[in-house]
Amino acid sequence: MAAIKRIVLDVLKPHSPNVVEFAQRIADDMAGCRVQVTVSEMDENTESLIVVITGDQVEFEVLSDALRSMGASLHSIDDVEVVQGE
Amino acid sequence: MSILAELGLLIRLSHSQGIARRYFVVNGFDGALAMLGLNMGFYLSGGVATGIAVSACTGTAIALGMSGLSSGYVSEMAEKKRELRELERAMVTDLEESVHAMAARLVPVLIALVNGVAPFLIAMLVTMPLWLEQAGVSMPIAALHAAILTAFAVIFLMGIWLGRISGTFWLWSALRTVAIAIATCALILLVTA
Repeated sequence: MAAIKRIVLDVLKPHSPNVVEFAQRIADDMAGCRVQVTVSEMDENTESLIVVITGDQVEFEVLSDALRSMGASLHSIDDVEVVQGE
Repeated sequence: MSILAELGLLIRLSHSQGIARRYFVVNGFDGALAMLGLNMGFYLSGGVATGIAVSACTGTAIALGMSGLSSGYVSEMAEKKRELRELERAMVTDLEESVHAMAARLVPVLIALVNGVAPFLIAMLVTMPLWLEQAGVSMPIAALHAAILTAFAVIFLMGIWLGRISGTFWLWSALRTVAIAIATCALILLVTA
């Protein structure tokens, strides 16, 4: 199956955990991946984030579970880069 | 993630560190003042047998502990559930599988433990001279007097701690808590005289 090399997500999360802790938790669950989180919008209780994950093989299910465990919800998959394996 | 790190995350998520500290102080103070009042009562009634004083103080300490434990759990559970429901409304999603739901379940237990253990431990600390006398340990002053002095010492130490938390001068804060203890003794004297 083709491997996901890069994926860009639009995510909504509560203020806690903060963005640093949020990114670290994703990185802990996504071994070998690079995690980049940008806050795009903020309101009283929530914040919208652009989450960019890059790696040799980004496991989307693991990523979804990590987001859910932190109370975040996936709004949309904005960009994805997939490479067919050998 | 280790259990301690996970607990740390849950406490940070629910902003419970300050709540637990506040409960520790409030209920610890309750424990110390209740023991001070009890021992003052024994003293003003002309003293009682050490065994009776130990039983009364232990019973009161256990009741304070149970009261703190149950009231802390019930009130914090209700509060955390409400916060979780509000967050779910804001997120427009079910958060049952999230750390927020876990925090709403576990943090009330932790806070209830602090709420219950603080008055119990402090009450037992104040009662320590009575226990020692009952165990046959000789003391330079009467056990009842020592228990009253221990209550003042504990209240003084709690005042110092409160001063450090609030960033005010420790002695001023400690003297203020001791003044409350003195006022309590004065009221007991006034009412029982």
